[in-house]
Amino acid sequence: MDLTILAQILISGLFMGMIFALIAVGLTLIWGVMDILNFAHGEFLMLAMFISFWMFSLWSIDPLLSLPFNVVVLFAIGVGTYYLIIKRVLNAPGLTALLATFGLSILIKNSAQFVWTPDFRQIQGAWLSDHTVELFSLNFSVAEVFAAIGSGLITYLVYYLIFKTKTGRAIRASALDRQTALLMGIHIDRIYAFTFGLGGACVGVAGSLMINFYYVFPGVGSLFGILAFVTVALGGFGNITGAFWAGILIGIVETAGGVFIAPAFKYTVVFILYLIILSFRPKGLFGW
Amino acid sequence: MRRMELLRVENLTMRFGSLAAVDDVSLSVQQGEIVGLIGPNGAGKTTLFNCLTGFLTPHRGSIRFNGQEIRGLRPNRICKLGLARTFQIVQVFKEMTAWQNVMVGAFCRTSDSIRAYQETLRILEFTGLYEKKDAWVGNLTIADQKRLEISKALATQPRLLMLDEAMAGLNATETQEAIGLIQRIRDRGITLIIVEHVMEVIMSICERVVVLDSGRKIAEDSPDQIVKNPRVIQAYLGVASHA
Amino acid sequence: MMDASVWALLKKPGVLIILGILFLLPFLSENLHFRHVLIMFMLFASLSQAWNLIGGFAGQVSFGHSTFFGIGAYAALVLLKKYGISPWGGMLIGGGIAALVAIAIGFPVFRLKGHYFAISTFAVAEIMERLFMNWDYVEGAIGLPAPVLEEKFIHFMWYKDKMPYFYIGFVLFVLILFLAHRIDRSRLGYYLRAIKQSPDAAEGLGIDTTRYKMIAMVLSAFLTALCGSFYAQYILYIDPPSVLSLDISIKIVLVTVLGGAGTVLGPYLGSAILIPLSEYSRILLGGTGKGVDLILFGALILVISVYQPQGLIGFFRKK
Repeated sequence: MDLTILAQILISGLFMGMIFALIAVGLTLIWGVMDILNFAHGEFLMLAMFISFWMFSLWSIDPLLSLPFNVVVLFAIGVGTYYLIIKRVLNAPGLTALLATFGLSILIKNSAQFVWTPDFRQIQGAWLSDHTVELFSLNFSVAEVFAAIGSGLITYLVYYLIFKTKTGRAIRASALDRQTALLMGIHIDRIYAFTFGLGGACVGVAGSLMINFYYVFPGVGSLFGILAFVTVALGGFGNITGAFWAGILIGIVETAGGVFIAPAFKYTVVFILYLIILSFRPKGLFGW
Repeated sequence: MRRMELLRVENLTMRFGSLAAVDDVSLSVQQGEIVGLIGPNGAGKTTLFNCLTGFLTPHRGSIRFNGQEIRGLRPNRICKLGLARTFQIVQVFKEMTAWQNVMVGAFCRTSDSIRAYQETLRILEFTGLYEKKDAWVGNLTIADQKRLEISKALATQPRLLMLDEAMAGLNATETQEAIGLIQRIRDRGITLIIVEHVMEVIMSICERVVVLDSGRKIAEDSPDQIVKNPRVIQAYLGVASHA
Repeated sequence: MMDASVWALLKKPGVLIILGILFLLPFLSENLHFRHVLIMFMLFASLSQAWNLIGGFAGQVSFGHSTFFGIGAYAALVLLKKYGISPWGGMLIGGGIAALVAIAIGFPVFRLKGHYFAISTFAVAEIMERLFMNWDYVEGAIGLPAPVLEEKFIHFMWYKDKMPYFYIGFVLFVLILFLAHRIDRSRLGYYLRAIKQSPDAAEGLGIDTTRYKMIAMVLSAFLTALCGSFYAQYILYIDPPSVLSLDISIKIVLVTVLGGAGTVLGPYLGSAILIPLSEYSRILLGGTGKGVDLILFGALILVISVYQPQGLIGFFRKK
């Protein structure tokens, strides 16, 4: 077994995993703070990717440039979703919130399919695409490396926000005990809206980075959505560091599975791993 | 005449990490008694309840109910053996009516819907909820919800019923009614262990009182003697002077 | 109130009338698509009711029911094609296999709570679809067409006439309806609802929650597989995307929850609205129809969940 191939797999997997982690971090925040599983999270990613795609295709704006715009738009979508939909189903019986975000995801996905057709699309000629870089005498696409680093950075920023700032403390307080947080004057509504927006912002970044090397189509959200759920559950509900490590693990497993077993079973391996891990740790690797 | 020993707890210990929530507790309950279990907050009363009813598995010790070792059994097994409990925060079934709630308990002893229903009506009458049997649980007062909580447990035809703070939040009238209900339960031949903070209740109906503090049993005596017990007084006042 | 027998359901006002109307509907028009919609309605109503047992009553939201549907579909066609076993037998065997798979899945998965459980059912469904895609024994991604056989009852196969399928579907529909009603009134029904609303209280009242969740799951899986076999014999061609995809699981969940999960009537309300909507929007909107019906679905679900969280059944209830 060639060591260089092994290294290539591990590092590729690591890069992909960092992106999974970023996508998952937004989702796990929402879950931890509001106990809502946002089924439309994958679709938000899809929207972000399409935004970058169209801005590049129509107006030649490189995805790196449109990234900030993307983040703002997705943040707004997140906040909007909260006020229009989530807020109203927060206190409804369990299945209702599920239903609502489900409905939203179906609406977004199929609207996208209707407007943009199911075709796969890829951008060519962006700043980051079609370049490779050499690391430890292995070749990697610049876009992937950049995406991984970018994701890692943003994940760390989110972590910093949650654990080292006042807003973050308010978010954590709201997550732990809603009633008390309310009593202490924390504006729960705004915290929830912000958290949802933050989730959107995370996939805004992820989408902008991914479009440099990944193809986009209306159904791309479904795949990454499910992977995000699995990542979040594996990491433990509401746990940012958990989501990070779970993302890395899944990235590596997925890449390795594709090479050692078969590309068709890439994700199957991830799901099987998930089931195995959860039979020993019902609340995820780091859950409590 | 010596009454039969229904429950025997020996050296029960339950740890959470390094904290012993229940520390080497032993006690014995005879059939037909009403035993009170008191102690300051955090003394381990609910934890003890959870151990006895199978919601927690104690690390050490033995629990014998009706001569049978029940430590480590699941709650549903223990209920079927005749040990029932209520919860401190009432665990009524929120999307059901009062009678439907009791039906769930009644089905413990029969699989026939009609027989379960007859038993349900009987219990509701006994606990005074008959008039409100068709009410949705959400529309019941706290006092009624607590009565419903007791009714559910009674429907499983227990030999020993454990009540966890059944009087919390009741006003004076409601408390009197609850006391009456407990006595009627005892008159039916059901043994009772009750956790209470309301001393008036303990004094008026308990034959014996067990006191827990920080997981340990610090006293066991008749109500009159317990209130004079210096260790007990210290346990309560000691906590108060901290605050 | 307490009568859980078959006759109790028939005594209810309107049940006989509605069933009668349903039975007579296909005779109103010879239009094949109309009859197709009726059959699809009955199929999804039955599927939803089957899911309702574990998802609605017991509150264990499973997104893995496509697995059981697929097992039923494949069992019927594979056994017929490879061993010449009549689809009726195949149906029962498929049901049995689904039940066993449900038990196998249930043991590890029922220990998980809430969202962890739901996600694991997603995982199971995805794994199953992928497995079948790459399994040569069942022709994998190529798909499995039904063998061409004489149109006979024992072959469970008709090519031009939809009416035999309608009759069989109707019987299935009625059977599941009566079963669900019976369960609703019986100890099983009460126990499942108790488990959903407060698992601790349920345990404390003598309910072996694991056992009853398993019972509901096995029953649900069996019935879902029966529906899958029916579907295979109706469509006469199956492949993993058509009978094992998550979309099917999701559709079943949506129809049930939309109508009102945990109630006997819910699945029927949900299917009555969503299935005709889905089927007709598909033809009305021609080629680009693919997806438009789902846009409507999504919007409808959003609206209902926000304004009527109990589902459509909320319009009939006052609490």
